[in-house]
Amino acid sequence: MSILVYAEHDNETLKTETNKLVHAASAAGDDITLLVAGSNCATVAENGAKITGVSKVLVADNSVYEHQLPENIADLVVELASEYTHVFAAATTTGKNFMPRVAALLDVAQISDIISVESADTFTRPIYAGNAIATVQSSDVKKVVTVRAAAFDAAGNEGNASVESVGSVIEAVKSSFVSAELTESERPELTAAEVIISGGRGMQNGENFALLNGIADKLGAAIGASRAAVDAGFVPNDMQVGQTGKIVAPQLYIAVGISGAIQHLAGMKDSKVIVAINKDEEAPIFQVADYGLVGDLFEELPKLEAAL
Amino acid sequence: MKILVPIKRAIDYNVKVRVKPDNSDVDLTNVKMAINPFCEIAVEEAIRLKEKGVATEIVVVSIGAKAVQEQIRTGLALGADRGIHIETDAKLDSLQIAKLLQKVVDEEAPELVILGKQAIDSDNNQTGQMLAALTGMPQGTFASEVLVADGKVNVTREIDGGLQTVALDLPAVVTTDLRLNEPRYASLPNIMKAKRKPIDVKNAADMGVELASKVALLKVTPPAQREGGVTVASVDELVEKLKNEAKVIA
Ligand SMILES: Cc1cc2nc3c(=O)[nH]c(=O)nc-3n(C[C@H](O)[C@H](O)[C@H](O)COP(=O)(O)OP(=O)(O)OC[C@H]3O[C@@H](n4cnc5c(N)ncnc54)[C@H](O)[C@@H]3O)c2cc1C
Ligand SMILES: Nc1ncnc2c1ncn2[C@@H]1O[C@H](COP(=O)(O)O)[C@@H](O)[C@H]1O
Repeated sequence: MSILVYAEHDNETLKTETNKLVHAASAAGDDITLLVAGSNCATVAENGAKITGVSKVLVADNSVYEHQLPENIADLVVELASEYTHVFAAATTTGKNFMPRVAALLDVAQISDIISVESADTFTRPIYAGNAIATVQSSDVKKVVTVRAAAFDAAGNEGNASVESVGSVIEAVKSSFVSAELTESERPELTAAEVIISGGRGMQNGENFALLNGIADKLGAAIGASRAAVDAGFVPNDMQVGQTGKIVAPQLYIAVGISGAIQHLAGMKDSKVIVAINKDEEAPIFQVADYGLVGDLFEELPKLEAAL
Repeated sequence: MKILVPIKRAIDYNVKVRVKPDNSDVDLTNVKMAINPFCEIAVEEAIRLKEKGVATEIVVVSIGAKAVQEQIRTGLALGADRGIHIETDAKLDSLQIAKLLQKVVDEEAPELVILGKQAIDSDNNQTGQMLAALTGMPQGTFASEVLVADGKVNVTREIDGGLQTVALDLPAVVTTDLRLNEPRYASLPNIMKAKRKPIDVKNAADMGVELASKVALLKVTPPAQREGGVTVASVDELVEKLKNEAKVIA
């Protein structure tokens, strides 16, 4: 088995998802090549070469790959794919964007969002918002797989792989990057955080999310949100946790003023410890919480901040 | 311009599905079905483009058993002009769906195809991207804003780090995210009118697409259940338990 793993990065930093991807890939085979596609991404490639289990790093470093547009990235991956039995990428908005194109161009199915590798051709994945787990076996010639990083441990950084550059320069002719509005934050990223505190509609407005800041500071936590809080404009879209937002599994997840709809639970119920703070003792979030505190968040949050 | 909107019949989002006792699949007997929420957002976006005078015709297409005609009727009641039903009882992967949709695109030549970003049953998030690759169209996935002007469509996308805007040549594929719009309800007169709108029925087996799937569903199991937790009386008790019992904070 030879596996092409697509590195998750933003041209500057290699994301921890990549270490998790490599760990997942190592269960399917031991010949692992990491592809770093981007622009001015040499440091990312160097760091990729250190991931334990990676035998080779391919770097496609060219301005045409700067924004990792799906049209040309998919073509690049397809061009390289002939040498491999598997292609793995993270189930992030980057991986979800280009990988189905790779699968379609290779005329194979894609297995989305796997949470375990049972063997080189058999995987498990959540369906129906995580209310069922499907075990699927692919008889396609190549397996094109996206990985739910939160479900895997991270491979270490004790490797020393060779780095080779890829010459192909493929332009995206029908699409172009216009602009990006990225959320700046000093806090850890949601998908990498050990502790997350999330607010829901119960927070009432965006200003009240400040009540979570002091607690997040003390715990080194990332701040998340329910869909209702995002839809209402309290916080930006990249904070949404859930079936159709980010899937997280931190050591500690604190849900504040969140009712616990199926779609929200789908994104956080694999957290190690769940705390819920809600004034309604009947709220479904309490059914998955290890520790439930029934109370008014406007009274409890300042107390929590003081107690930490 | 003509807009094609592929819609899927899926479990109602309020229903919590159960796994069959023999672990062969989920149990959908007597479960409430509806139009996949992201497809509803796709139909709404197409209607808004028509109301703005950008679109001239909206065609909804659904692939599946006879029952998907209910969802096609819903699309027509919301404001689509006509429907296409590609009939099959087979369980198809997103790849086969995309190949069947490619045939429809070849025939209808839409300038924009708007799909949902993901079906809430399979949670695949694949079809739009696959269709774009098969037809050679550019794609704007996870859209929260769609602007058509001068032979191009600008799509603002919800990405992990925030928002990204891309410009695509037409024809293009767009997939919807939650914040794109808030779908309307169909009015009673429109539901009545929709009954007279045409639905063209085709047999999937006659469309020249290999329908057999290469992915076998070996089993379906319920997820690990969380142990019931405890209610704490105060913040102090909570912090004490997180420190000493769960040991997740220092
Ligand atoms: C296709 C689709 C996809 C979706 N994807 C997602 C997703 O990815 N993520 C997601 O989160 N949702 C998602 N949803 C939405 C989901 O169904 C729920 O609507 C949403 O999660 C509700 O958010 P909430 O819990 O913040 O709001 P509500 O359900 O309104 O709950 C608010 C809670 O706050 C409590 N509260 C109010 N005031 C206080 C107070 N002063 N003190 C303490 N508690 C208080 C209330 O008791 C209540 O339990 C999706 C829905 C659909 C249809
Ligand atoms: N059977 C189907 N018929 C029509 N459109 C579909 C079908 N299945 C999926 N789609 C479209 O593809 C989108 C994404 O589905 P998926 O890739 O399965 O998550 C849906 O929101 C629909 O727009």
